[in-house]
Amino acid sequence: MKIRLHKLALCLWLAVMLGSVLVISQTRFVADLSAFMPKLPSARQQMLIDQLRDGAIARIVLVGIEGADEAERGRLSRLLVGKLAHNPRFTSVQNGDRQTQQRDQRYFFDNRYLLSPAVMPQRFSAPGLHETIQGTLDAMSGDAGLIVKKILPRDPTGETLQILDQFIGESQPASSDDIWVSRDGKRAVLLLQLSESGLNTDAQAAALEDVKQAFASLPGRHADSRLVMSGTSVISVASRNIIQSEVERLAIMGSLLVVALLLLVYRSLPLLLLGLIPVVSGALVGIASVSLGFGHVHGLTLGFGTTLIGEAVDYSIYLFIQRAGGKNPSHFWRTMRLGVLTSATGFAALMCSSFPGLSQLGLYSISGLLTAALVTRYILPGLMPQQLNLRDLHRPGLLLQKILDGLTRLRWLMAVALLAAVAVLVLHQQDIWNRQLNALSSTSAAQNKLDAELRGDLGGNDMRYVASFSAPDQQTALQLAERSRVVLQQLSQQNIIGGFHSPDELLPSIATQRARQASLPTPAEAERRLRLALQGMPLEADQLSGFLADLERARTQPLLQRQSLQGSAASVLLDSMLIRRADSYLVLLPLKPASGETIALDKVRAALAAQQLGQVTVIDLLEETTAIFDSYTHEALLFSSLGSLAILLLLWVSCGWRQAVRVTIPLGCAVLCTVAILDACGIQLTILHLVGLLLVVAIGSNYALFFANKQQLGSDAEQRQVEISLVVANLATVTSFGLLGSSSVPVLSFIGSTVAIGALLALVFAAMMARIGPRALPR
Amino acid sequence: MRVTIMSKTLGGLLLLLAAGCSQAADWSLADLMQQLGQKKAGTATFVEKKYIAMLKQPLESSGELAFTAPDRLEKRTLKPKPEGVVLEGNKLTLERSDGRKMSVNLADRPEVSAFVESVRATLSGDRSALERYYSAALSGGSEQWQLNLTPLQPRMQKVISQIRIAGGHAQVRTIEFLQADGDRSEMTITSTSGK
Repeated sequence: MKIRLHKLALCLWLAVMLGSVLVISQTRFVADLSAFMPKLPSARQQMLIDQLRDGAIARIVLVGIEGADEAERGRLSRLLVGKLAHNPRFTSVQNGDRQTQQRDQRYFFDNRYLLSPAVMPQRFSAPGLHETIQGTLDAMSGDAGLIVKKILPRDPTGETLQILDQFIGESQPASSDDIWVSRDGKRAVLLLQLSESGLNTDAQAAALEDVKQAFASLPGRHADSRLVMSGTSVISVASRNIIQSEVERLAIMGSLLVVALLLLVYRSLPLLLLGLIPVVSGALVGIASVSLGFGHVHGLTLGFGTTLIGEAVDYSIYLFIQRAGGKNPSHFWRTMRLGVLTSATGFAALMCSSFPGLSQLGLYSISGLLTAALVTRYILPGLMPQQLNLRDLHRPGLLLQKILDGLTRLRWLMAVALLAAVAVLVLHQQDIWNRQLNALSSTSAAQNKLDAELRGDLGGNDMRYVASFSAPDQQTALQLAERSRVVLQQLSQQNIIGGFHSPDELLPSIATQRARQASLPTPAEAERRLRLALQGMPLEADQLSGFLADLERARTQPLLQRQSLQGSAASVLLDSMLIRRADSYLVLLPLKPASGETIALDKVRAALAAQQLGQVTVIDLLEETTAIFDSYTHEALLFSSLGSLAILLLLWVSCGWRQAVRVTIPLGCAVLCTVAILDACGIQLTILHLVGLLLVVAIGSNYALFFANKQQLGSDAEQRQVEISLVVANLATVTSFGLLGSSSVPVLSFIGSTVAIGALLALVFAAMMARIGPRALPR
Repeated sequence: MRVTIMSKTLGGLLLLLAAGCSQAADWSLADLMQQLGQKKAGTATFVEKKYIAMLKQPLESSGELAFTAPDRLEKRTLKPKPEGVVLEGNKLTLERSDGRKMSVNLADRPEVSAFVESVRATLSGDRSALERYYSAALSGGSEQWQLNLTPLQPRMQKVISQIRIAGGHAQVRTIEFLQADGDRSEMTITSTSGK
């Protein structure tokens, strides 16, 4: 009967494992910021998310060519553009060359009567013409005379100037020898736009790889010339790669260390392999459940694979060491069950989080730990030999007992540590938390510096203030943009905002283009009015025949479409403001502060609402990101506290309040001291430290439970066996998490260092406080 | 970086005509430069005439100039349309009548640099800055000298064929820009103060 049951369990386990592997092989792994974005965002948060994912910002790659000399860099820049220009992975490849510049200039000049916001019927009446031409002559006599002189014959009313006017005040990339170069002239810079949205990390990675290969294959390249890249996509691809390689490295090293430790204790290869079964099963089921539950697995969640080793390996350690004598006490399983339940309770709180990153971690941990525990309970006993030939742990057991007895006498130290911790935390309470989202980013300082430099080179200022809305189709989007422009223009004149951009500057709506065309007089009429207008001016109508011809062409030309901008720099700009989504269009109107740094957004909102433009959302991205992160932290704090509370309740219900207190106090102390130590080391806490603390509570409760379990304490020898298993488990935990703490990925190192310190303290404190000394028991 | 690409289009707009005030001279270029370099500040009024083939009459503008050694130069046009150009160090700022400003970093735009240095380097007596962009020929005597500057950069030559600066002693009296297409502008300077 028992054997049949075991066989059934074995079959079930194998089936689950196979299923998990199948699921994992189909899983998509992502590494963007989505894990840190709320699941049910507000309108403003949604906008931020849209922008991070779909926005042109997410699709822009900044490229620099460094090394060699200027001429060589210029040559490479041109060759690179040539190589990438027809690659479908890019919608735009630019290095500022004259061709692109001319293409843009031509777009604006050739279509000036459709693009100029000043085109209205009265502008082309005789008095209107007189006034505008006089204005152009005045402009010619001024400092921009040379340029105005060039446009005069064909654009005497100065429409080109009207268009350029919208772009006045923009900073611009430096150029040398007709291509863009950095401010210091030491690198050539290029701007690429990816065709795939920010969501598709794989496609972005492939595109970036294309750039690298194209560069590597440029003929006659100097050996010391090199390619640097930055941008959101580069950073997310890089962080995914870092996370992947780190996860691999840490998993391998962590496993090796734990294996070495276990070999030292078990001295048996079969036992060691058996001991790893729960861990591996847990990790597989964990990843598979996240994949099934969320549709994808975030790289960071995967990073916690190693964290699972830390706790899951404990189960088999407890089992093997405590059962080395061949006994199978039922209270062992009871304590184990309680330990697993407390951990699962803690993580269940995370699962409720509205942030996918946290809930993924919760689901991963719960399913992983439950699997590991079930495998330890139902699979391992059937697989392990009847007689465990463990190394004789009698002597180390005695030594350990002495040490632990000593620790019990040092209970007062715990009070001192607690007081010190509280003092540190009270003194530093202002800067315990790091409120920046990028504290979690796995990019290096060097990468961030490069990003800032390249953005600076391309004249970029970060888009902080944005007005945004979505519309069902392109024409509605453009018309709404035109209506918003009227309001924004007024705000700009009132100096509430310093300026703005709108997609209709580059592509007016069809209705507006038609209206502008209708403002233009017929050829005969235009000539008549021009002659009238030029009376008393130093200019003859005959000299402006180009103007009349252009006017007629504009009056009858086909209207501008999105593809009219194809291949120009303006198209990249348009893409950043008019974003096509699956079933709608997202419009982003960047706003510039008038003076100083900030915009009074309430005034902007009120002005828009007054014109029935309430659907236009105005946000401060900086504030919004900080707010998201704040709510993220608050939520994590809330759920960690709820989780800890649930653990307490569980302990209280299952072993009475006395025992619950015995178990809780050392855990609480360990948590507080860990925070104080991190704080004293100058580390600001992030949400991941919180998660680490929850892990400390989850893992540490096992130690305390075993230490405090009276029924467990049969003979002295048995107690020593239990204590040895605790120390070995703790060593395994501290080793694997300590290793994680050394990771270069902040997310992993935060959790690693927190748990390593916390678990060690939890063991020591539990020994001091929860442990029932042998002498306390009746012999 | 968004819009910045766009603003490349503006590039051409920046070929601005800056102009100068007054100071000293002698017959060798070194002496002229040395004398000009001694003046530390000055203000002047200017009248500029642009002779353009397309137009029957020259376009006239007028305003004020101010120079402070070593590198600040300000040109305020009052008529026909108020506007201002301030050159300070490497930064050129254009102020328009509606109060909007735009600035250019000269280091980014060698051709604009060349343009403004013709005046500023002359006024501050900075011979090396001048000779970076022009071949300079001095004629006349210290009473009445003329400095002919011919651009060295091909890009500059496409726009300006020659710049003629004339004066007496440490005083710049006229600055003439001869454009490659035959048009020219002539600025007459009347000093109002100088140190």
